[in-house]
Amino acid sequence: MKIGVFICHCGSNIAGTVDVAKVAEMAKSLPEVAFASDTMYACSEPGQEGIINAIKEKGLDGAVVASCTPRMHGPTFMRTVARAGLNPYMFEMANIREHVSWIGKDKEANTAKALDLVRMAVAKLARNKPLFAKSFAINKRVLVLGGGVAGIQAALDCADGGLEVVLVEKTTTIGGKMAKLDKTFPTVDCSCCILGPKMVDVAQHPNITLYASAEVDEINGYVGNFQVKVRKKPTYVDWKLCTGCGACLEKCPSKKSPDLFNEFVGTTTAINIPFPQAIPKKASIDAGSCIKFKTGKCGVCAKVCPVKAINYEMEPEIVTEEVGAVIAATGYDLMDWTVYEQYGGGRYKDVITSLQYERLLSASGPTGGHIKRPSDGKEPKTVVFIQCVGSRDKSVGRPYCSGFCCMYTAKQAILTKDHIPDSESYVFYMDIRAPGKMYDEFTRRAMEEYGAKYVRGRVSMVYPSGGRYVVRGVDTLAGTQVEVEADLVVLAVGAEGAAGAAHLAEKLRISYDSYGFYMESHPKLKPVETNTAGVYVAGCVQGPKDIPTSVAQGSAAAAKVLALFSKDQLQSDPQVSSVDLKRCVGCMKCAMTCPFGAIKEQEVRGEIKAQVIETMCQGCGLCTATCPQGAIQLQHFTDNQILAEINTLLESELEETQG
Amino acid sequence: MHVINLSKTRDQDFINRVERESGQNLSLCYQCGNCTAGCPVTFVYDIPVHQIMRLCQAGQKEAVLGCHSLWLCASCQSCTTRCPNSIDVAHIMDTLRHMARRDGYATEYGVKSFTDSFLESVERHGRAFELGLMMLYTMKTGKFWTDVDLAPAMLTKGKLGFKPHPVQNKEAISKIFKRFREEFAQ
Amino acid sequence: MTTLRYAYYPGCSGLGTSKEYDMSTRAVCEALGMELIDIPDWNCCGSSPAHTVDDRLAGALSARNLVQAGDIEGVDAIITPCPSCLANLKTSRHRLQKPEFRAEVNKLLERPVHGDILPVKSVLQVIVEDVGMEELRYRVRNPLKDMSIAPYYGCIMNRPPKIMEFDSQENPMALDNILEALGATVAPFNLKVECCGASFGVARRDIVERLSGKLLNLAAENKAQAMVTACPLCQMNLDARQNQINVANSTNHVMPIFYFTQLIGLALGFSQSQMGLEKLVVSPRELLAGAAG
Repeated sequence: MKIGVFICHCGSNIAGTVDVAKVAEMAKSLPEVAFASDTMYACSEPGQEGIINAIKEKGLDGAVVASCTPRMHGPTFMRTVARAGLNPYMFEMANIREHVSWIGKDKEANTAKALDLVRMAVAKLARNKPLFAKSFAINKRVLVLGGGVAGIQAALDCADGGLEVVLVEKTTTIGGKMAKLDKTFPTVDCSCCILGPKMVDVAQHPNITLYASAEVDEINGYVGNFQVKVRKKPTYVDWKLCTGCGACLEKCPSKKSPDLFNEFVGTTTAINIPFPQAIPKKASIDAGSCIKFKTGKCGVCAKVCPVKAINYEMEPEIVTEEVGAVIAATGYDLMDWTVYEQYGGGRYKDVITSLQYERLLSASGPTGGHIKRPSDGKEPKTVVFIQCVGSRDKSVGRPYCSGFCCMYTAKQAILTKDHIPDSESYVFYMDIRAPGKMYDEFTRRAMEEYGAKYVRGRVSMVYPSGGRYVVRGVDTLAGTQVEVEADLVVLAVGAEGAAGAAHLAEKLRISYDSYGFYMESHPKLKPVETNTAGVYVAGCVQGPKDIPTSVAQGSAAAAKVLALFSKDQLQSDPQVSSVDLKRCVGCMKCAMTCPFGAIKEQEVRGEIKAQVIETMCQGCGLCTATCPQGAIQLQHFTDNQILAEINTLLESELEETQG
Repeated sequence: MHVINLSKTRDQDFINRVERESGQNLSLCYQCGNCTAGCPVTFVYDIPVHQIMRLCQAGQKEAVLGCHSLWLCASCQSCTTRCPNSIDVAHIMDTLRHMARRDGYATEYGVKSFTDSFLESVERHGRAFELGLMMLYTMKTGKFWTDVDLAPAMLTKGKLGFKPHPVQNKEAISKIFKRFREEFAQ
Repeated sequence: MTTLRYAYYPGCSGLGTSKEYDMSTRAVCEALGMELIDIPDWNCCGSSPAHTVDDRLAGALSARNLVQAGDIEGVDAIITPCPSCLANLKTSRHRLQKPEFRAEVNKLLERPVHGDILPVKSVLQVIVEDVGMEELRYRVRNPLKDMSIAPYYGCIMNRPPKIMEFDSQENPMALDNILEALGATVAPFNLKVECCGASFGVARRDIVERLSGKLLNLAAENKAQAMVTACPLCQMNLDARQNQINVANSTNHVMPIFYFTQLIGLALGFSQSQMGLEKLVVSPRELLAGAAG
């Protein structure tokens, strides 16, 4: 075999602490190496041309590039090698930047280690075999999880692009958090007025199938061919019949049902349509508070329903959908702020969350858009906003900035003045974070035009006294403790991954962080991709973000799916496991450990043998480690190839100790 | 207003000592002010506690050790309990008091005298002897009328004994003080 | 019923300014089936003054008691009624887990600290956790009816939580629950863990007058007829100094300040003098007479 070795300088990134010329020179003496040289930037056009020319001129069978991490340029050089007419798998990469030059300053030691890595790569390449990708057909339907603004945008863009979309929403209506907001910053648009048309589009789009009050039970398969089991939770109302007339709501005698949509400010009827613009505009019954479910008596809704849609016997239903890609857009929830006992921990009725305050501001909210204290219904004259409750607070395990609170707090201070002109607003903040178009100007308006009093510092405690609340904080700029007597206290509570996010991530086989946010594939360059092919993220599921960014991500994820589906067939990665039938004894331990269900039984001449479903295998190698016979091998990472690398490394160790 | 030349007056040795003796990392403080927000004695402070933290970060030894606040901290633990970065601020205040004492600062003479009287009483008897320590305190400060109004009630109710209730092994206690002075000379 | 046995650390104030706390604690614990064995030849824990002077000195003064307690057979914990002693003993124990600190403290001690140290708890904690509210409720003979009492915990009974490891650091409920078990009405009181001015009564009385004044004001505003506390220093400031506070703030509070053990004792059937009620400066006689009638 004739191998070429190319040592990259990466400017001074590598050459600064590795003697690249020496590594190239020494590589020439390795068995099977027919050519070696150093190059300023292997990934540049001239660098790649140099590799291609060497392959052609010297008649090389494979190439080793010693440069950066293969996560950066592995695919680049595989294409280079292919352009020179070789199989792209006749290529190895030695990482002498992240693993060598960036982590040590000792040039001699670095050079020695770089040479070791090159020798290992050569040893492996000598045992590489050409591999060929297979093609498979894809199902051009997409599943969107979560009907907030990001999910709505993704669904509409995919549907407009001609794809069939399945949209699954956990609650009984789409709209998400945005539907709960009164106004949006910095334009002070009515939130539901700008979201409403998009929600209607979802309902009316011929390409969109909407499952509200539904959750994903199970997802199997792989990019291009996922099978999804959707569990439709019983609403006890036949939505095919329900016209959303609302007659049942008016007559329902159980009016103490927790009002989820209104963030538990006040209560609602047990049979309910969350808000006037709900999509689908269908009633559903909260069995937990319905008298019929609790006592067996009542049944008023069934009597008054003009279309006989009520069905107390409704059972959950499982629907199976086949899709080729998934967009997760399940959003966020507020962290459990009741850990802040110093703010009452939920004991004080007039200490509420910002989202509850949105419902008090909203004309479709429980107070008809009049700001009233939950405790006594009185109009507050002094409102204190406390920012960073559950943000930037390591002591409660929330070290990150939730990003949007500064802006919505400014908006709420402005709206408070609009609603109650003789009111005073105080905003306790640590830093104002307003990096967006017209954002900082907006927070200035809150102060300059609306007279919001911004106080720089945290609040240590809130306690009731004389029918009001003493808010004890600090003005660090004045250098003094301050107290405000407030009628209402609004907490800007930080965001965390939506309830159940971790569970769903595991079903989707994607990573998530300790706050329940999903990990994108690359924080800069692959913001809506995940490390599982065919699964994308959009909106707050990945981390807290405001509406325009969520919408942009919804569109971005849709564009990714449309690009994926622009081909009729996908190429499978040939780096998958394969079974040596002669060695396999059919113990099927590999099938038991496979996390992807990619190994099945087959019968070969009356004997049980393992068989790999190549399109489902993700190349993780668990089966290889499990197989007691060494019968199942991961292509491109066979035992022989890896042992060759180790042996080569140990050889040099041995020489050193003997020398 | 005082102008601080950060390049010339930043006392890195002071910063290191505060961090070492308190076991706290000063750079964790992001100046949210929650310590001052909850401090019950801030009204008698000349420098609020969050600014003491700031001055420590800036290595301003003179300003910190010479302030009154150090002596007036009640060790109530509000700051430590509510610090979002879990800094033991109360322990930093204690540490600064230790340093101020060693370096001869005593901006609140009354407080220092009370502390000294208390510990002298303990050194002598092994236990605090309240009437005795009050006498020591009035002698040190010359404030002869301190809490005289409380005396009749306390005496008639038998809450202020005329005699100490010392430990049996007085030497064990006095030696703790003696060894302390020898080992960790002030 | 198995006897609960504890090493008992009375604290210096129990010999003087808080005699009635020590008295009532001993009586009540006995009645609740708890055996208290005084730490032999215990000494002052160092109180606030020691830790403001040096961590090692404070550590050593407390450590001697921890070592002496190790001589008592058959106990699993050291208990003390006083939160200041509790904080010192617990902090010392916590810091002594670090070998470097232990080595320095051992240089000061006649009998050095070796191996494990008994856990330290408050009397309040063991009444809540080891006796339990159900048992307490069962033993009540004279419920404290028609009495609205504000529960005041003081600043260091529960803080910092990493050291004290008992109840909530912001909204503790132990005293609330005890009051409720004794049949009293719990007055709303949201400055449960605010500082009373601590040991500044002598050197800077203005601090105590302002901070304790605030506590008395809030208790009165919330219609409390008395306050209950678990801390000798808080009790001293609120009770003995109540007149000083009234003068400084132009208020006229007449608010009896009980130790929680006194209230338990009354409810269990002890007499007022057995609970040392006559030692309180602000007399509760009228309140108790009113409640009884």
